[in-house]
Amino acid sequence: MWPNAPLFPEQGSALAAEVDHLVLFSLLGSVFFSSLIAVLLVYFAVRYRRRHPDQVGTVVHHSWKITALEITWSVVPLALMLVLFVWGTRVFFYQNRPPADAATYYVVGRQWMWKIQHPEGNREINQLHVPLGRAVKLLMTSEDVIHDFFVPAFRIHVDVLPGRYTTYWFKANRVGTYHLFCGQYCGVEHAKMSGQVVVMEPSAYEAWLAGSQGQPPLASGEQLFAAKACNTCHRPDSAARAPVLTGLFGRPVSLADGSSATADESYIRESIVNPAAKVVAGYQPIMPTFKGNVSEEELVLLVSYVKSLSPAPEVKK
Amino acid sequence: MKPETTIAGQPASAVAGPPLPVGYARRNYINAKYGAKSWLLTLDHKRIAILYLLSVTFFFALGGLMAVLIRLELATPEGDLFQPDVYNRLFTMHGVMMVFFFLIPAIPGVLGNFLIPIMIGARDLAFPRLNLASWYIYNVGAVMAFWAMLHGGVDTGWTFYTPLSSIYSNTYVVVTAVGIFINGFSSILTGINFIVTIHKMRAPGMTWFRLPLFVWAHYATSLIMVLGTPVIAITVLLVGAERLLHIGIFDPRLGGDPVLFQHLFWFYSHPAVYIMILPAMGVISELVAAFARKPIFGYAFVAFSSVAIAVLGFLVWGHHMFVAGQSIYSGVVFSVLSMLVAVPSAIKVFNWTATLYKGSVSWDTPMLYALGFIGLFTIGGLTGVMLATLGIDAHVHDTYFIIAHFHYIMVGGAIMGYLGGMHYWWPKITGRLYPAFWSKLSALTVFIGFNVTFFPQFLLGYMGMPRRYHSYPPEFQVLNVMSSAGATILAFGYLLPLLYFVWSMRWGPRASANPWGAAGLEWQTTSPPPTDNFHARPVVTTPPYDYPEPAPSEEEVPVVA
Repeated sequence: MWPNAPLFPEQGSALAAEVDHLVLFSLLGSVFFSSLIAVLLVYFAVRYRRRHPDQVGTVVHHSWKITALEITWSVVPLALMLVLFVWGTRVFFYQNRPPADAATYYVVGRQWMWKIQHPEGNREINQLHVPLGRAVKLLMTSEDVIHDFFVPAFRIHVDVLPGRYTTYWFKANRVGTYHLFCGQYCGVEHAKMSGQVVVMEPSAYEAWLAGSQGQPPLASGEQLFAAKACNTCHRPDSAARAPVLTGLFGRPVSLADGSSATADESYIRESIVNPAAKVVAGYQPIMPTFKGNVSEEELVLLVSYVKSLSPAPEVKK
Repeated sequence: MKPETTIAGQPASAVAGPPLPVGYARRNYINAKYGAKSWLLTLDHKRIAILYLLSVTFFFALGGLMAVLIRLELATPEGDLFQPDVYNRLFTMHGVMMVFFFLIPAIPGVLGNFLIPIMIGARDLAFPRLNLASWYIYNVGAVMAFWAMLHGGVDTGWTFYTPLSSIYSNTYVVVTAVGIFINGFSSILTGINFIVTIHKMRAPGMTWFRLPLFVWAHYATSLIMVLGTPVIAITVLLVGAERLLHIGIFDPRLGGDPVLFQHLFWFYSHPAVYIMILPAMGVISELVAAFARKPIFGYAFVAFSSVAIAVLGFLVWGHHMFVAGQSIYSGVVFSVLSMLVAVPSAIKVFNWTATLYKGSVSWDTPMLYALGFIGLFTIGGLTGVMLATLGIDAHVHDTYFIIAHFHYIMVGGAIMGYLGGMHYWWPKITGRLYPAFWSKLSALTVFIGFNVTFFPQFLLGYMGMPRRYHSYPPEFQVLNVMSSAGATILAFGYLLPLLYFVWSMRWGPRASANPWGAAGLEWQTTSPPPTDNFHARPVVTTPPYDYPEPAPSEEEVPVVA
């Protein structure tokens, strides 16, 4: 719409314009109804003001007209609200369903900072550099309390919860630096748990990745996989006592209780911290829990390593 | 029936001095007995209402003072007035005091207590001892929260989200939670008392559809109090259990689910919003009818819309959690259900407005408050519909947009309704009149101050300023300064009634039985009422808001309904 209009926050993604259109529609309806009420109140209060102290009002007696009015002012707002509901739901689904080709970034929130890992391995704190036009999916979790990833320019909030993954996605369409806020009250320095999203031209992003601006990566996921001795059981030969992880990611998995699950990031994370929750059919629940032995950031490395064992998911059309 | 003619039992004035207004009672419930004991052990619902008035006024002042400090801090982007932990305690205690110890008990405790028995023609509530117990229980809870505040307070936000509240905060969470737990019993007992009273104590001829809408609104409110409050009690107990005994309920490290807390909390706390606003809607129905001097338009629709709000209010809690990690399909269901609640609210607004049509509209102070209420509640309600829209909420969730929205409902709605009601019934409660000029000035000041304070917050929220921020980026400053400036106007507007109400108790002119010329049983007894409310048991023969018809006009012959 008007990218620099006053009182509208800047738009940093295609979604932002969608949300602004929706808001404008609801604003028009709200202004109409509140003006209608205000004008009628003032008009009646003046037109029918009490002219002498004993005056009483005139009772309106036409009962069928009253019923018709009551039905009208119930049904018309309801119909308008249903339009708003359908439109709002469409936008919300768009906000919450990342495209299949989105690049996965990992976000770990803690009191009071954001730790971010790029698919390329670069790591940064309270800053997220992304290239223009790339669909970016953030896989987020918290080490302590509930946080919330909020970039006003992208017009979406998503809570970041301890103990599970939530996702946030956007496709930035304007180069710039945008506010990143923690949107869920998280303790003493909540207001300081903020940072920036820096949207760059793809070439500049490549240069940034190659440069030393990112923090040095920790031990890579593969090293961690060996260090935690995961590979003594999860191995591709006949000595394996646990499911082979190659090609696992994104596939349905048959479980021992007869149900099935999809091997997404949340499934892999859960299988590390709480292996007994979903045991793969044909295996014994012998894996020890790693809860408390791996940090959320290490979990992120392990999850991305397991993902790397599978070919990139094909883009569904 | 003409109100003035029904006043009975009024001895001719034998006292020297200027004649008293018709229906002013020299002997009444206030001076029926003397001494602190006669008040603290009273079973008279009117005296208990006065006790509630003192308590809630204290906690309103306390919550208001904290609001002033919050707005002072936010006048500049830097966190320069308070340390962040102090600021966090301020907004937490502001929310706790205002929600649990002012907004929830205010109208039911003060106006409901005073008026429900009189409006239905009863001598008292069904359970006078339970009523007194409610006030004591309320005070025990409130004093516990106050004690926690004096010893350093709580910093979790009034919403007590876990695992922040159950594990990470090192403030007085448990003491405050127990205060809220205890206070809940006060709500439950008041609700039971009102329900039984309305069912069993109505005067002869007072049928359900002759009940004033204030009573209908309190009936719906009482249903929520009785059905909803136990859930918040259980929830705060679970937080206490996790905090003290490390039983894993909400913290995932202990095997719990943090989102479960939000479900339980909002299952009560969303209906609690209707505990705050429904009684105010009841007040507004009374004011609009009295100051337009005609029956409320669509009485049955307004009455049943209160019940509809109470019932639907229990089905919408998930709209607080659209971005909290619940399934997006739950979000869809809660979104459409939340929009349905807007329908009975819209019905009320349209009916109040239509009542003014061909009315005899006076511009007395209570009516100014009522008109302000309708306007502000409309804005609060419409922005509520915006928030129920998934795509919008995903952006403005937990920003100042939310703050502005619920202050339009709580402050623009509930407090305007409360003040309007206080101005309307003050002559009945105290037998005194207050100055018209100053009270109209207060209504105007509150309305202007409120809008200057909270309208900019809608814009701030849309621009992306998150709530509960002790410091903020400099581009948000202009609107924050506006908001803080508005808050000073608003504070002045709230201070005025406090001053002239207190003044009127000593120096105000004495009130007649029916200074507004309003219908309703409460105006047919003396001002202030006697201890037994009526000098003779009233018998109701007319519908509510029955004003004698003017001489038939030439245009239409009224059809008798």
